[in-house]
Amino acid sequence: MGLVSTVTATSVQTSAGTIPAAQARRERRFAGYTAFLAVLTGAFLLPAAEGAATFRLNAGQTVATLPDLVVPVGPLLIVVTLACVAATALLWTHRTGGRAVTIVGVVSGLFVLGYLAYAVDGQTASMVGLLRGTISASTPIAFGALCGVLCERAGVINIAIEGQFLAAAFTGAVVGSISGSPWIGLLGGVLAGVLIAAMLAGLSIRFKADQIVVGVVLIVFATGFTSFLDSQVLSGNAQLNSPQRFSSIAIPGLSELPFVGPLLFNLTPLTYAMILLTIVLHVALFSTRWGLRLRSVGEKPRAADTVGIAVNRTRWRAVLLGGAVAGLGGSWFTLDSVGAFSDEMTGGRGFIALAAMLVGRYSPVGAFAAALLFGFATAFADALQILSTGVPSSLLRTAPYVVTIFVVAGLVGRLRPPAANGTPYETE
Amino acid sequence: MTDDPNPPGPGEAPEDRETAPPAAGVDGEPSGDREAEIAEAAEREQRSTSRHTPPPDASVTERFVAAITGTKVIVTVLALVSALILGALVVVLSDEAAREALGYVTARPSDFLGAAWSAVFDAYKALLDGSLGGVGQISETLVAATPLIATGLAVAIPLRAGLFNIGAEGQVIAGGMTAGVVGFSLSGLPMLVHLPLAVLAGLAGAGLMGWLPGVLKARTGAHEVITTIMLNNIAALTVTYLLSTNFVRNPTRSDPISRSIPEAAQFPRFPGMAGYRVNLSIFLVVALAVIAFWLLERSTTGFELNAVGSNPAAATAAGMSPGHAVIIAMAIGGAMAGAGGAAEILGIQGRVTDGFSAGIGFDGITVALLGRGSVGGTVAAGLLFGALKSGGRAMQAQTGTSLDLVVVIQALIIVFIAAPGLVRAIYRIKAADELGTTQVAKGWGS
Amino acid sequence: MRLELRGITKRFPGVVANDQVDLTVEPGEIHGLLGENGAGKSTLMNILYGLYRADEGEILVDGTPLEPDGPGDAIAAGIGMVHQHFMLVPVFTVAENVTLGVERTSRFGRLDRRAAADAVRELAESSGLPVDPDAVVEDLPVGLQQRVEILKALYRDARLLILDEPTAVLTPQEADDLFDAIRAFVSEGQRSVVFISHKLREHRVIADRISVLRRGRIVGSADPRETSEQELANLMVGRPVDLVVDKSPAAPADVALHVAGLTVRDPEGRTLVDDIDLDVHRGEIVAVAGVEGNGQTSFVRAITGLDHLFDGDIEIDGSSIRGRSRKEVLRSGVGHVPEDRGTEGLVGGFTVAENLVLDQWDAAPFARRGSRDFDAIAEHARREVEDFDVRTPSIDTPVANLSGGNQQKVVIAREFHRPLALLVAAQPTRGVDVGSIEHIHASIVAKRDEGSGVLIVSSELDEVLALADRVAVMFRGRLVGPFPAGTYSKEAIGLMMAGADPADVTAEGAR
Repeated sequence: MGLVSTVTATSVQTSAGTIPAAQARRERRFAGYTAFLAVLTGAFLLPAAEGAATFRLNAGQTVATLPDLVVPVGPLLIVVTLACVAATALLWTHRTGGRAVTIVGVVSGLFVLGYLAYAVDGQTASMVGLLRGTISASTPIAFGALCGVLCERAGVINIAIEGQFLAAAFTGAVVGSISGSPWIGLLGGVLAGVLIAAMLAGLSIRFKADQIVVGVVLIVFATGFTSFLDSQVLSGNAQLNSPQRFSSIAIPGLSELPFVGPLLFNLTPLTYAMILLTIVLHVALFSTRWGLRLRSVGEKPRAADTVGIAVNRTRWRAVLLGGAVAGLGGSWFTLDSVGAFSDEMTGGRGFIALAAMLVGRYSPVGAFAAALLFGFATAFADALQILSTGVPSSLLRTAPYVVTIFVVAGLVGRLRPPAANGTPYETE
Repeated sequence: MTDDPNPPGPGEAPEDRETAPPAAGVDGEPSGDREAEIAEAAEREQRSTSRHTPPPDASVTERFVAAITGTKVIVTVLALVSALILGALVVVLSDEAAREALGYVTARPSDFLGAAWSAVFDAYKALLDGSLGGVGQISETLVAATPLIATGLAVAIPLRAGLFNIGAEGQVIAGGMTAGVVGFSLSGLPMLVHLPLAVLAGLAGAGLMGWLPGVLKARTGAHEVITTIMLNNIAALTVTYLLSTNFVRNPTRSDPISRSIPEAAQFPRFPGMAGYRVNLSIFLVVALAVIAFWLLERSTTGFELNAVGSNPAAATAAGMSPGHAVIIAMAIGGAMAGAGGAAEILGIQGRVTDGFSAGIGFDGITVALLGRGSVGGTVAAGLLFGALKSGGRAMQAQTGTSLDLVVVIQALIIVFIAAPGLVRAIYRIKAADELGTTQVAKGWGS
Repeated sequence: MRLELRGITKRFPGVVANDQVDLTVEPGEIHGLLGENGAGKSTLMNILYGLYRADEGEILVDGTPLEPDGPGDAIAAGIGMVHQHFMLVPVFTVAENVTLGVERTSRFGRLDRRAAADAVRELAESSGLPVDPDAVVEDLPVGLQQRVEILKALYRDARLLILDEPTAVLTPQEADDLFDAIRAFVSEGQRSVVFISHKLREHRVIADRISVLRRGRIVGSADPRETSEQELANLMVGRPVDLVVDKSPAAPADVALHVAGLTVRDPEGRTLVDDIDLDVHRGEIVAVAGVEGNGQTSFVRAITGLDHLFDGDIEIDGSSIRGRSRKEVLRSGVGHVPEDRGTEGLVGGFTVAENLVLDQWDAAPFARRGSRDFDAIAEHARREVEDFDVRTPSIDTPVANLSGGNQQKVVIAREFHRPLALLVAAQPTRGVDVGSIEHIHASIVAKRDEGSGVLIVSSELDEVLALADRVAVMFRGRLVGPFPAGTYSKEAIGLMMAGADPADVTAEGAR
């Protein structure tokens, strides 16, 4: 809940019955947003619609080919406009049946589709490329968010994911270059993530320092240290900063399916690992003894202590494991995506990962889904840049950040973080 | 824990049954009781130096003594020393001669020690000379310190209200940009009008940039750490975009550089010191520091901010508005950062370039934490980091040790400051100021 | 189990919490441990349970020395503890809470939820403490949560059960049920119970033997059947205690607080306060009794302007508070002593002087044109510290360093010093020593006699009966009464606190 309240009754009488005032207020705010989308689509995009947008659904070698998807832009935009208008009406009159968030989500999705068609209007774009870009861009975000879930479920706020990314990206690049193997580089990246995690754990668990301050400090530290070593050691020693990158591994058979083959079954090892890890952690967190104890430590450490669970040891382990996961995410930058380290190359994605964790409500699967959303924002902006829509590329690149603010502002107030999150445990 | 006699830690409020200290004496005659109770409270007070400020009417000397006798100063000094020692280690490990000598250290340790010593000595000597070695160096130190003090205050003021403003970087960018736009788009005005106008524009632009996450926090509960980081990126990309527009870009240049700001909107240098870059923007920052001191220590608004930062529930119950305080603190913090941006653009650079902020907003975080959120401490820390920065440039030029070493040292200082327990464990100091920094971690919820 | 504590001493910096404590609990015995807030009862039990380590002394369990290094060791030795603040994970189910630490798992550490639920259900039914194992703990009423705490100990085969202030959250009738369960637990003569409470009556009802703890020392033991409450009280406090509040009959005047049809819902739409009507006149004390968690908190928040989301009318001195901020409500003559002084009443790091002007920080004479006036603040603080006997080394001492009773006096001094139309005091003496309780009660009566309307919200029935001119009872968001004091007996009010209709209790309870 916000700290400022302006309405002074618990409930609001509407044509659809009585609903809580807070919900009424939120629905009005959502209605403003959908009305904005309606005007944007109807008044600005629709008049500029000319022909059809063509989406290619084929890529690579597949057993069959799908026809291109040809979308008439004008009619689609009319549909989007009408949907926005309808949603606005429903939200404004509170006839949502408690599904306001779903309605906003659907309308937002439709708007994005409409905008995509508008951007592609008269041209051809690869759907597989866009979605592959989404999955790729969401990989580090998902790893970071999983790290956050592990730490915060155990009661330690980890804001240093960005720092873990940088340290892992740097180490991954150097170790990968020296060893000539991306796998050994990955090991180095994971260890670097664990190292930063150990500093976080030591300072916040052992020395009970403020966890948000420590997190930010570790980011500053990792940024400064990697930049220092980059300029001091890597510059002029290019052989130390040219790791071999992971290549895609096609799963025999499945990768030849049309559309889904190139999309889901021809990915890099890190991306497969991300998907697998999401599932494993979700099961482990919610259905095993390990997960139950980890969550008890984050919710009510004293209760855990009084039944003989070692609170601080459990937290240490969770943070270190999280560090390893973040190390995978950091290694993605140099061993999967770019193939060389550069200063501050993570570009705030550690923070977007935190937002994904929040949106995913501290669950691994939820965090993964949210990471896909942020990944899509990045891939979408990249795709539009190629299509040259007239919107300057530097503004397009703000898309993931803007989406993060919207999502955090829209959702976070109704979140329920682990109760002991951020609180050091005092035994005596 | 019902009878736990430990007084509640600083920053956390006492709880009812849980922390009710051992019973106020009930045996003996009443007067004995009274004294026993007072003595108990006095003892607890002595042990906890938590946010214990000397009385407001204390003289400067009294304050100084109170500060020195507390363990905080010792911890701060030791944090600086420790960071410099670790920094020296980094210098040694990154020095080629020392690394080579390390290869045969067991055979001839003197080689390694000699190489290590000379690497460290050269680096730190260059650092010191480069910051304080002459008028020119001191001028550069002040030039570097000016925006750092401003961004330090930008972080310190919200910190007092319980907010962690990571957005000083974006606020610097917004302030510098708006100051720059007002600077170059007007002409023919006298300096007495044009310069203040440009400065005010900078304060306003950055103030808005701080106000926005404040409003988001107050109205929706969105955590300021995330929103301000996102706004940093958005601000940087927006400036990149603006520098590509015809309105902003210098028409005679093809690279992304703005039009030049006329003399009338630039901070003049000191009379007779035209050769040195130090300029009157330093007075702007000093004035803002004085205002910040009055605001935090003397004003009713500051009392409200401090109360909200220490215990929002009690502040609400006393009739204060945490939402209001959050917005005010962030907006004022933003304006402070804007002064830093204006000082940089109107005092040094004379035009807006891509990435002109160069991390001074992020440095403000370390400055404010080292200054422990107090105005005096922030000014002192800003001067120190300004010296490190200007000295670091000299060091880079002379010894080839990267300027980024300074960032590493700064980060190490803050690691030690954030965990006073760590410093005490290293130096085996027995002391009581648990959790030295303002506790801002309260989770994400609201 | 036979438990013997010998010479237990525990020092905290500056304070000796337990001083050479000797205590013996025989098998089959219910041993009462009586003492004031802060007397050292819980410290002693936390040492026994392995949460603290004693500086001196030894613990013998059935003759064998026990040096618990953590609760795990104590649990293994057969000691179970029901903490005053439940050690339950609110978002876990009953079965998860009971089995936490001794989970039932199948392969790969996967939880066997079915087996756990069955085992917990069986245990709950066989020990006479039925509860649904699949319910989420935070959805259960506190009485049931306490059962879960007890089941946790039983599930681990506890042979000595420590109950720390177990009745604080129960209605008198629920407390009686608990006593039955305790007696059943020790009935075979093998197991034993340590019962901690500061309530004299309960010790006389349940304990076989009472040990009294004062300022960390055992000051005596008593046989509950041969000792009067007055004698126990004197032993506990160390001097004669006046158990009654001295007050003249009320002289009710104009209506200070008028509440009509007040309903408060939480953000999810659940009703917390259900259609309450209440008038409080100037010059009278109305006390609202009730077990915590029955909507009192939301009720108080609404009438003091802390919560703006309500339906119905609230008027102070005849004008509605709807749309008025907390600040406006306070400044219109409402004083509020919050139920949790630590979180709502005081800023712990602020000085006594600062806390004394916390609600008047920007008003004359403490501030002028946006600047605070430190002279006026200090002068005010010196006067209030004197008037309310706040025991502090100086007015510049952070309030967190004061004892609970003195912290409460700071709150009382702040809220009482200005003229009030209405004083709302929630749990005004919780966690406060007896000496301060007497002082606070006298101040409340004095405020009434000054002509303020006073509304007390308390879960301590004794306090309600001592102070009230009229008594109301709150149960599940609804208000019964108010009735003039003396209309119903203490037992009848206790029944109403558990939801009984006044019409049903009159027959048996009226006097």
